[in-house]
Amino acid sequence: MANATEESAIDSGPVGAEIKDERRRQALAGEPPFKPEPTHGDRFAAALKDAVIGGLIALALAGPMIGLRTETAVGGLTLSEHWLPVAVAVAAVFVGRLILNLFVWVSWDRRTDAEKLVGKYFAGKDWVVAVIIVGIAIWFWYNNNLSIVMILVAIGIIVGLALRSRYNIKPLQRLTGGRPLGVYASSWKWPALVVAIILAIVMPFLPFANRYWMDQAIVVLTYCMLGWGLNVVVGLAGLLDLGYVAFYAVGAYSFALLATNFDLGFWVCLPMAGMLAAGWGLILGFPVLRLRGDYLAIVTLAFGEMVRIVIINWYSLTNGPDGVSGIPRPTLFGIPFERGEGSFSEIFGIPYEPIQRIIYLYYIILVLALVTNFITLRLRRLPVGRAWEALREDEIACRSLGINTTNTKLTAFAVGAMFGGFAGSFFATRQGFISPESFTAIESFIILAVVVLGGLGSQLGIVIAVIFLNTAFEVLRELQEYRMLIVGLAMVMIMVWRPRGLISTRMPSITLKRSAKAVRGELVGEGSG
Amino acid sequence: MNRWETDPILAVEHLTMRFGGLVAISDLSFAVGRGDITAIIGPNGAGKTTVFNCVTGFYKPTEGRIALALDKLDASALDRLTAAGTRNSADRKLFLLDRMPDFEIARDAKVARTFQNIRLFGGMTVLENLFVAQHNKLMLASNYTIGGLVGLTRYRTGMRAAFDRARYWLDHIGLSERADDPAADLPYGAQRRLEIARAMCTEPKLLCLDEPAAGLNPRESAELNKLLRFIRDEHDISVLLIEHDMGVVMEISDHIVVLDYGEKISDGPAGFVRTDPKVIAAYLGVEEEEMEATGQGASA
Repeated sequence: MANATEESAIDSGPVGAEIKDERRRQALAGEPPFKPEPTHGDRFAAALKDAVIGGLIALALAGPMIGLRTETAVGGLTLSEHWLPVAVAVAAVFVGRLILNLFVWVSWDRRTDAEKLVGKYFAGKDWVVAVIIVGIAIWFWYNNNLSIVMILVAIGIIVGLALRSRYNIKPLQRLTGGRPLGVYASSWKWPALVVAIILAIVMPFLPFANRYWMDQAIVVLTYCMLGWGLNVVVGLAGLLDLGYVAFYAVGAYSFALLATNFDLGFWVCLPMAGMLAAGWGLILGFPVLRLRGDYLAIVTLAFGEMVRIVIINWYSLTNGPDGVSGIPRPTLFGIPFERGEGSFSEIFGIPYEPIQRIIYLYYIILVLALVTNFITLRLRRLPVGRAWEALREDEIACRSLGINTTNTKLTAFAVGAMFGGFAGSFFATRQGFISPESFTAIESFIILAVVVLGGLGSQLGIVIAVIFLNTAFEVLRELQEYRMLIVGLAMVMIMVWRPRGLISTRMPSITLKRSAKAVRGELVGEGSG
Repeated sequence: MNRWETDPILAVEHLTMRFGGLVAISDLSFAVGRGDITAIIGPNGAGKTTVFNCVTGFYKPTEGRIALALDKLDASALDRLTAAGTRNSADRKLFLLDRMPDFEIARDAKVARTFQNIRLFGGMTVLENLFVAQHNKLMLASNYTIGGLVGLTRYRTGMRAAFDRARYWLDHIGLSERADDPAADLPYGAQRRLEIARAMCTEPKLLCLDEPAAGLNPRESAELNKLLRFIRDEHDISVLLIEHDMGVVMEISDHIVVLDYGEKISDGPAGFVRTDPKVIAAYLGVEEEEMEATGQGASA
C-alpha cells in the first residue's frame, strides 16, 4: 500500500472527469464572466451610449403605443396624439438607464471615490427607486393614462427582477431591519406578500374598481389558480400535460349538471366537482403515465380534445353544443345577490347594485386561489412534494430509493386536476352558462404558456405571467386576431431572454442554515415525462 | 467455511439474462455473505452492471432465481416460496427479487444502489437529496400527506428523525458545510460520496455500489475505502460492489466474483482470485509471468 500513499502525495489535483467539472465551476464562480470594464472616462461615454440606445428603443415602443391613440368621435374614429407622456417615458428610460449604468451596474473597485460615497448611500436602498416609480405611476393614474401606468409597472417589475437576479439585492430589507422572517423565504418576500394580499382584499373598494376592473381581476385570479394547479403537474412533477383544460371542463360540467339536475348549491357542488376532476385525473393518469416526454404530451392533448368531443356528442347528459344554462349563482349562506325579497342588499339595508355579486365572485376566487397557492406551497415542502421534484430531476434514481413513481405521478395528476376542477366550477357559476366552446385546446395552451413563461415551479412567476398575458390581451384587444401574433412574438422574445421563464430559480424545500440560497435555474431539471 | 456459503444475504442462482439474441449473463450463480464486502469484477462488457440491474429489479431476469434473506436463509422455505409463486414470505424476511419491481426491492427488501453515471437530484440541495431518500418513512409519518398538511406531531417527530439521520450522514461524508448547495454544484468525488450517503439514508441491508471509485483521484479513493469500511463495520450492512480500481477491490473486499462474457470464472477471497490463472487469462490474455508483475502493481 506504500505505492498508493505516494501516488496521492504526488497527485492530489483534479483528474479525469473532475478537470472538466472543476473548470466549469471556476467559470461560474462569483460574477458572470463580463468583459473587462473600461476606465472612468470611457465609462461615461459607454453609459451615455447605452442610455441613448435605451431611450431610442423606448421612443420606438412608446411612440406608437402611448403617443397615438384612436378615439371614437362623431362621424368615426380619430387619431389623438399624446406626446408628453411619450417624452416622459423616454426621458425616464434614458435617465434611469444612465443612472443605473453610472452608479449601479459598475463593479466596486472601478468606481471613483465620489461614486463610492454615493454608492454606499444607495446600497440596499433601491426601494427609493421603487417609490419614485410608484409615485410616477400614481401621478399618471390620476391623469387617466392607464397604459403608462401598466408600462411603468412592467418596467418596475423587469428592473426589479434584473437587479435581484444579478446582484442579489433585497428590496424592502430595511422594512424588516434585515431580519430573516422565515427559514425558506428571503426577507423581502413576506412583507411584499402581506401588502399584496391586503391590496387584493381592499381592491373592490378602491375608486377605480368598476365592473371592467373587477372582471379583469376575476379573470387574472382564475388563470392564476389554473396556473398554480398545472404547476404541480408540469413544474413540480415535470409531466408535460397539454390537456389540462379537460379537468377544467370536468369541473365546470360536474358543477353545472349537479346544480341544475339535483338543485344543489355552489358550496356543496364545489368539493364534489373538485373530487370528480381529481377522479378523472386518476383515470387519465393510470394508462397514460407509463408514457414519457413527447408521447405523454400528445396523449394528454388527445385526452383534452376527447373530453370536449364527448361533451359535444353526449347530448342526453350534457345538452351537447347547446351547453348548460341556468347554472345557479353563488349565495352567501343562502342569501342571493339579486333584486328583491330576502336578497343581500335588502338584508343589509343597502341599495341594490349588480356589482355586489361581482365583488362576491371576486372574493370567492380570491379565497380559492389563495387556498390553491397555500396548499401547493405546503405540498412542496411535504415528502410528496419533494418526491414530485425528485421525479422531475431523475425518475430512475427515485425508483432506486423505493419511491413508487406511478403513484407519485398519479397524485400529482390528481392534485393538479382537483384545482382545475375547482376553477372550472367557479367558471361555471360565474358565467351562468357553459358550452364546450369554452374548453378548446387553446385554453390548455394558454395555461401552459402561463406556467412556462412564469418559470417552471415558481408560484410568483405564474402571477406575473398571468398579469402580463392578460394585460397584453386587453391592451391589444382592438387588433383582434393579430393580438395572438403579437403576444406570441413577445413570448418568444421573453423565452430567448429568459429560457427558463421569468423566475427560474428554485428555493430549497428544506434547509440546514438560514442563509440558504436559491438553486440556480440552469441546474434544475425540466422533467422528461 | 466462508460466510457467503454459511450465511448468505443474497443468493443468485442460475441467473440468465438475454437481450434478444445477445446473452449478457448465462447461468450465473453466486452468493453474497452477510456483513461482507463482495466485489464483482471483470473486463468491460462482462455483464457486471447487468447483474446489478437484475438484483435491483431494473431488469427482469430471463431465467433464474434471486433470493434475499434478511434473516438466515432457509433453503426449504425458499423452495416453498418459489413454488407458491409469491414474492416474499409472510414475515417479510425472505424475498424473491426476480419477481419484484425495482421500487419494492428498495422499499421492502432493503436493497439500495448507486449508479455508474451518478444519478443525483442535481437541482435539489444536498440535504434535500438525503430527505428524498427517506421518502417512504416520511410519507408514513405524514399519514400519506394528510397529517403533514395539517402539521400533526407525528409528522414533526418524523421530520426531526429524518433531519438527524441526514445530519449524521452529512458529517460522515464531510459535506455538512455544503448541505444547502445544489447537488450538481459539488465536485465529482463529493457527488459519489453523496450518492452513497443517499443510498444509506434508505436504511438498507444490502448496498449495491456500481463503480464507486470511477473517476476519483487517489486521495478520494482512500476516503471512499474508509467510508465503505465504516459502513460495513458500524451499520451491519452487506456491500456488493462493481469496481475496476483493483486498489479498492483488493484492499477492502472479503469476497470477489469474477465475470467474463456473462459467466463466472472465479469466486473466492481476494488472495485466491488474484492468483487464479483463469482470471489472469481473462484480464490480460498474456503469459503468467507478465501478469505476476502487473497484478502486483495493480493490487498495491
